[in-house]
Amino acid sequence: MNNRLWAFLVPIISVIMALLISSVVILLIGQDPIVAYAALFKGAFGSKLAIASVIIKTTPLILTGLAVGFGFRAGLFNIGAEGQMVMGAMIATAFAINVAWMPAVLAIPLTMVVGMAAGAGYAAIAGVLKAKTGAHEVVTTIMLNWIAEYLSSYVVTVPMGVGFGTPKSPEIANSAKLPPLMTVQATELTSGIIVAVIAAVVIYIVLEKTTKGYELKGTGFNPYAAEYGGIKISQNIVLAMAISGALSGLAGTLEVMGVHHRFLGTLSGGKGFDGISIALIGQNNPIGIIFAALLMGSLRTGSNEMQFVGVPKHIILIVQAIIIFLVAADRIVRTILIRKKRVKAS
Amino acid sequence: MEKAVEMIQIVKQFPGVLANDHVDLIVLKGEIHSVVGENGAGKTTLMNQLYGLLKPDSGEIRIFEQKVSFKGPRDAIAKGIGMVHQHFMLVNNLTVAENVVLGSETTRGIIFDLREAQKRVDQLSRSYGLQVDPTAKIEDLPVGMQQRVEIIKTLYRGAEILILDEPTAVLTPQETEELFSVLKRLKENGKTIIFISHKLNEVMEISDRITVMRQGKVTGVLNKNETDVREIARLMVGREVVFTVQKPPAKSSDVVLRVENLWVKDYRKLDMVKGISFEIRKGEIYGIAGVAGNGQSELVEALTGLRKPEKGRVILCGEDVTGKSVRELREKGMAHIPEDRHKYGLILQYPAYYNMILGRHYVQPFVKGDFLDHRKIQEFTKTIFSQFDVRPNNIKMLGMNFSGGNQQKLVVAREMSAQPKLLVVSQPTRGLDVGATEFIHKALIQLRDTGVAILLVSMELDEIMSLSDRLAVMYSGQIMGEVDPKEVTVEEIGLMMAGHRFEDLRRV
Repeated sequence: MNNRLWAFLVPIISVIMALLISSVVILLIGQDPIVAYAALFKGAFGSKLAIASVIIKTTPLILTGLAVGFGFRAGLFNIGAEGQMVMGAMIATAFAINVAWMPAVLAIPLTMVVGMAAGAGYAAIAGVLKAKTGAHEVVTTIMLNWIAEYLSSYVVTVPMGVGFGTPKSPEIANSAKLPPLMTVQATELTSGIIVAVIAAVVIYIVLEKTTKGYELKGTGFNPYAAEYGGIKISQNIVLAMAISGALSGLAGTLEVMGVHHRFLGTLSGGKGFDGISIALIGQNNPIGIIFAALLMGSLRTGSNEMQFVGVPKHIILIVQAIIIFLVAADRIVRTILIRKKRVKAS
Repeated sequence: MEKAVEMIQIVKQFPGVLANDHVDLIVLKGEIHSVVGENGAGKTTLMNQLYGLLKPDSGEIRIFEQKVSFKGPRDAIAKGIGMVHQHFMLVNNLTVAENVVLGSETTRGIIFDLREAQKRVDQLSRSYGLQVDPTAKIEDLPVGMQQRVEIIKTLYRGAEILILDEPTAVLTPQETEELFSVLKRLKENGKTIIFISHKLNEVMEISDRITVMRQGKVTGVLNKNETDVREIARLMVGREVVFTVQKPPAKSSDVVLRVENLWVKDYRKLDMVKGISFEIRKGEIYGIAGVAGNGQSELVEALTGLRKPEKGRVILCGEDVTGKSVRELREKGMAHIPEDRHKYGLILQYPAYYNMILGRHYVQPFVKGDFLDHRKIQEFTKTIFSQFDVRPNNIKMLGMNFSGGNQQKLVVAREMSAQPKLLVVSQPTRGLDVGATEFIHKALIQLRDTGVAILLVSMELDEIMSLSDRLAVMYSGQIMGEVDPKEVTVEEIGLMMAGHRFEDLRRV
């Protein structure tokens, strides 16, 4: 069987197996898995509101998934999506608060550019450190995550903070807010999803069709051969980190522009780290990542409904963990599939 | 005579290839039996079935005239079969004795009895003349010694039948000689040896009988005394093989590459190239011989832009290119066939047509603006594939799925098709079979005749002496002498490789 089919089959089989295994857990706690999964499905797709909130949850996950996945393709493990997302959102907010005088056609793209640039610049620090000193990006991006977290909680309480309760910035200018696709009850379905999908398509084209993509993937697969082929490794490391950071920055920026309309201390909420799981489930393929993000988004949204029928929503964490385990250990799935075929043949 | 191994009508099918097609192999007790064939002929598959790593689809295996069916290597070992793999399976920071007993340790109660292990390893080593110190650490031993540890490991587990998979591929000529005397002693002691190789001279030297394989089938079973290298080669390749390279004399004229007093350090910051100077002219093959590790790799890296030289100048076609990047050098007409095709030459996860443009992936005709022109790249690769007879003829197959010989053909084809002025070639035929070696030698000569200057670095004396127009020998980072290979003896080259200057040799 060819690789493309495998890349497609493994995640799907993994999801099915994860649901089956988790149903045993649900049975063990004395609940009916069919009822639980029906509620899960209804919670994610049962109403317009449900679908809207799935899409809202999915949007940033696509972008952080892309950020991590793109890094992986270039041989870099960017754990810093979380910090880059925070930096992107924070600096984009600082910009967007002050653009009331601009028309939306200018303010919207400019805010995105600022957010992406902030994420890119922040990630490039790790890139430069790796290229110049060999410092491993896993270590440096984790350190940068903490810097971003504490810096942002300072900024959002002292210089930029307003009001009481959760630390938050003032609202951004109306011209920088993303127009909603539609409004369901009080929930605005953000048009950020369109930006995220476009980003995935662009990343796909860059990776598969361009000379730069050839160099980046080549460096990721075999840096020695890349160097032998005249590819400048250090330049490509910095560039790949910057692009990865730009995607994370955009994830944060869209949250500000489309959902919260302001910067919050709790804005990232682990979505940067979710990007790692999503890249893994999507097999680092931009289009696969869209579906992986959608899967995560719907599991999270649906889990609330599951809670109503008496199944703790944390069950979806088990589902999620088993999916990741099976995808990462894809040999298990392959072996099971091959066994099945053999049994049939004999 | 008693039959140690009988493999009868063995069939093994892999997806897309019939690796073993009704193969018969009969090995008599106490003989050295060679199994020869080109890469991909099915030798290793056959041996893996004998060692229990693979199960035959059909056919029968008998060991000492007793039918067996192995579930894994453990069963094979229990029947007295031992295998020495091409890549050693040793723990580097443990001692010889510890490695040998690993997995079946000598114990006193529940405590590991190291002293007993050392004693038994020492006994084995002595009785077969292996001269291995049981207390030495593996990482301190030369490759030849490590191989002996592998042999002791199999003997310790009671092997009566030893399979050696390409054992000489990693050895120097002297180490090979020593290995052969060890094998002969094992044979005198009644052990049966199966020797896998494609180096025909060695096969002729060591074997009693020879089984030749080609494309999954046995094409001949020969007695050593009744055959010669030529016949084996014909059975292996399926046609007559030309052994001596035929080449017209070089038409040397303009200097393409001039190296002046070049100094290069390695990654440990030690001087590896110490003030080397030489010139290569148009249409000439300049050979550099020497024992591995005498600065050849660093010299090649410095000339191809992978390493910055410390001192000296490199002049390519009249232009100073000292310390220029790989890309700049390639743009000025340098091409490079690296010694390690897996590490440097190919991106194994890329399809063949992507590999075919590595180094030129950003230039016409392979790009349209910033985009790769997949159609042009694939057309180009198709013509190159037929020109260089790369097999299988599937340009979308991943680099890692080609056989070693065809991987090297990919690299050679790519570098030669770049129309270089200077081609730097390092170990072009390492690990390749007769057919592929012959092909690459011919291609190098042809390229030379079109006026390309070629720097050839090789550890294979035969190769470098028959291909080079002029030959330098490197020892400890310096050139011991520059000679015409037609006017020196192998002994003289050998002495230069050991550190004697050519002037001193001829003065006496």
